Amino acid sequence: MLGTGATDAVALPGEPAVTPELVREHNLTSGEYDRILDVLGRAPTLTELGVFSALWSEHCSYKHSRPVLRAFPTTGPQVVQGPGENAGVLRLPDGWAVAFKVESHNHPSAVEPYQGAATGVGGILRDVFTMGARPVALLNSLRFGPLDHPRNRYLFAGVVRGVGDYGNCVGIPTLGGEVAFAPGYTGNPLVNAMCVGLLRESELIRARAEGVGNVLLTVGARTGRDGIHGASFASEELSAASEARRPQVQVGDPFTEKLLLEASLELITSGLIVAIQDMGAAGLTSSSAEMAARGGVGVEIDTGLVPTRESGMTPYEILLSESQERMLVVAEPARVEEISAVCARWELTATPIGRVTDDGIFRVTHHGTVVAAIPGQRLVDDCPVYHPEARESEDVRARRGMTAPALTIDPEAALLQLLDAPNLASKRWVYEQYDSTVQAATVIPPGGDAGVIMVPGTDFGLAVTLDCNARLLALDPYEGGKAAVAEAARNIACTGARPLGITDCLNFGNPEKPEVFFQFREACRGIGDACRAFATPVTGGNVSFYNESPSGAIDPTPTIGMVGLLERVSDRVGSHFAAPGDRICILGTTAGALGGSAYWAELAGFVGGTPAPVDLDAERRLQELLVAAAREGLLRSAHDCSEGGLAVAVAEAAMGASYAEHPLGAAVDLTGYGDGLALDALLFGEDGARAVVSLAEGAAGALAELCARHGVPLFRAGAVGSPGGALTIQAGGRTMTWDTRHLRRTWLDAIPRRMRHADLDRNTGA
Amino acid sequence: MTRRVAVVRFPGSNCDADALRAAQTVGADARYVWHRDTSLGGADVVILPGGFSYGDYLRSGAIARFSPIMAAVRRHAEAGGPVLGICNGFQILCEAHLLPGALMRNAGLTFVSRPVPVTVERTTTPFTSAYAPGTRLSLPVAHGEGRFAATEDVARMLEAEGRVVLRYVKGDPAAEPGNPNGSAHDIAGISNAEGNVVGIMPHPERVTNPLLGSDEGLGFFTSFMTAASPTPPMESASR
Repeated sequence: MLGTGATDAVALPGEPAVTPELVREHNLTSGEYDRILDVLGRAPTLTELGVFSALWSEHCSYKHSRPVLRAFPTTGPQVVQGPGENAGVLRLPDGWAVAFKVESHNHPSAVEPYQGAATGVGGILRDVFTMGARPVALLNSLRFGPLDHPRNRYLFAGVVRGVGDYGNCVGIPTLGGEVAFAPGYTGNPLVNAMCVGLLRESELIRARAEGVGNVLLTVGARTGRDGIHGASFASEELSAASEARRPQVQVGDPFTEKLLLEASLELITSGLIVAIQDMGAAGLTSSSAEMAARGGVGVEIDTGLVPTRESGMTPYEILLSESQERMLVVAEPARVEEISAVCARWELTATPIGRVTDDGIFRVTHHGTVVAAIPGQRLVDDCPVYHPEARESEDVRARRGMTAPALTIDPEAALLQLLDAPNLASKRWVYEQYDSTVQAATVIPPGGDAGVIMVPGTDFGLAVTLDCNARLLALDPYEGGKAAVAEAARNIACTGARPLGITDCLNFGNPEKPEVFFQFREACRGIGDACRAFATPVTGGNVSFYNESPSGAIDPTPTIGMVGLLERVSDRVGSHFAAPGDRICILGTTAGALGGSAYWAELAGFVGGTPAPVDLDAERRLQELLVAAAREGLLRSAHDCSEGGLAVAVAEAAMGASYAEHPLGAAVDLTGYGDGLALDALLFGEDGARAVVSLAEGAAGALAELCARHGVPLFRAGAVGSPGGALTIQAGGRTMTWDTRHLRRTWLDAIPRRMRHADLDRNTGA
Repeated sequence: MTRRVAVVRFPGSNCDADALRAAQTVGADARYVWHRDTSLGGADVVILPGGFSYGDYLRSGAIARFSPIMAAVRRHAEAGGPVLGICNGFQILCEAHLLPGALMRNAGLTFVSRPVPVTVERTTTPFTSAYAPGTRLSLPVAHGEGRFAATEDVARMLEAEGRVVLRYVKGDPAAEPGNPNGSAHDIAGISNAEGNVVGIMPHPERVTNPLLGSDEGLGFFTSFMTAASPTPPMESASR
């Protein structure tokens, strides 16, 4: 073996020398390079430079976000596993637990929408099943520029197809999520994928390399040259040159993923392995280095043993490849044969590539030559941490003080236009491309407030949602951060489930810009405060910075993935009116907040004003009331009141579920609700802590009593009408009438009619 | 008396657990059979579940038909044993020529996942005898290649012999078109001439509990439980 000292490493013949240019190309600053020299006590080899570049990228190191993230509440009696593992885990009844996580795949999807989105789904699935959990639900949050631009339609269609094809093939139902459109996402689409899995708490496995002398194995696909430096790519702004990054986008193979899923779960439940981790961002490098650091051990890998797709791959390429559908497994040497047999049954190979060592060194050899030898703990922990300057943008402050130009549109036309806006329209065109009923456990399919699944063999169910209203964050990141968590919790509670905890995907621009870092810091403060108020700890997630292109930065978009527990799944409450004659009630009050509203944005093209401050106490009381009312069987429907305000919430409840045979009419009288407000503020204002519920006439007394007990204001607003009947709202001394069939058609067709010729859009425009 | 049900697992099957559970729900003794097995383990009834066998990168079901287990499935079918193919299972039965026709890419070119209204037409099969002819059901579909295609001669034969088991129908006139994929003659499921081999695109195993929207799919499973006499296990006969 060449190299005599424990931390000596040599360059391979023909390898370029490490120059300042090469360091810059690896996205490392000169300060970071100095730190590398300090860690090694010598200059790095090219291989080592690549390893540092990957692990010290923003994507892997969280170097701009770590101090802010530390302020999140992460504990609670329900927490089995908080941040720091592949996924967070919360406790459920009867020895069950739920593992869940959300992650971004924004940059790859911007240049290759189909594969970028597909591999995003693949990655998040692996994060969950490496905890020993069987994936039972997928959600996704997607954002694009407006659909009048062909490039945006192309990205939208490609992403949806990629998400669908991958999840459909593996056989995981997609239960919900969100799709939004705004100019800031032109050139910066966001693709956040969330996965929820179920496990027996006793079978939880952590990604911690243990046991000196244990073997490291790769399981699954061979390693190719795809995705090299994906983690670094995700850590820079997009530009015209990003198109050249297309080869760095990985290619997904959902069939291999399905085999890997079954093989991994079998390996975990059979107790044959010590630890397992997905080779995700930065591939073999991060999976091995992170597992070793968590276990406080060293590892030695011979890249010459890694099965590759093509010959002649260098250790640099093998270490940094992000080829998909690969796992790194740690096991006792005596188990290797049995492990290989399990993998062979699933048509996969398991190949020993290294071992756990006692010297704490991350060591890589290539056919006997030591090409990297780095103190492992320092490799993972010593990345410099930055505390960037934070300063609110003057422009945002000014916009909060503005109001929209006066709108002359009448409320009848305004509601129709809102329902025709892609942001508020039915997303059926999207979720119809996702299998939402595979696994035969879907109780509330996409299109409701939250998705609900049953857990076969138990009485309980899980509610899942993924939410964010970025417009509110753009105007006020602190209140907007609170609002995102509050909306997620309302959605969960509307189904009757109790919010348990969150995962977050924090999508922002370039954190080195003070205005962006201010948004990030304040949004996280808001998220943390809301999570504390609701006792829903943060169990992990993902930070995605640098969502900027020449056309600008995105709105701050921290998407909140939440899971809730429905103790008796038979108590679940749907979002839509259920029967003619039922009473309609509004829970919560309004101050007519139009700041940041969809009404102003969609009808006046104006994003401004002061969003309603979020009353966390009122939100919590509403959640508790909704859960209690569902438990007592008082509700026929419950629907969160958010984007588009009360009028849109009532219309959505009336228009019915995605495949309802007809909408139901409704007669609502708002006399006595929000008195003194302008009509448009009353109808379209977006105050939080509200829900529109329906109930049998006989349950009205009991609900009023329950509301009084929980301190939730209740307003008796009217009654559900006949199938296909009219929606009438009486307010401000007039009666407005809509044909619900017309509303439903408009709302259902808004996206399909814009996407009718999306196949012709192809890759046009930039 | 109970029935022994074999649910065949191909690599890439993903509705195998759902089919197994549905069969167990009605009291069947349901077990998995691995694609590499050569015996059905004495099963009375065989279910080929949905999924993406072998990834279906070539053509749905095109590789699965060559699986070792398919020889046993063929013997079972030819001896009159009940075989139900759901979704990918239907595709495999067509590829294996146990049923005529083929399942092509959906006319709309996208994957379609939604409940569809269908009527049960042929009820003289071991999977539909629990339904009255003409029964309207709402069953979920979830497929990218579910457009039933056959030559006009074959389609006419299927109609003439009453071998259409399920047909897509239009629901409420104001609602969606019934046929979600452009299938010829709105065909959602067919049988062989004898009626013991049935292939359907919709997923009855996903609607077996009112909590899941309905239990309208249970009849596909209760049918083979209540059929007058179970088909004798074919394993010994074929050896």
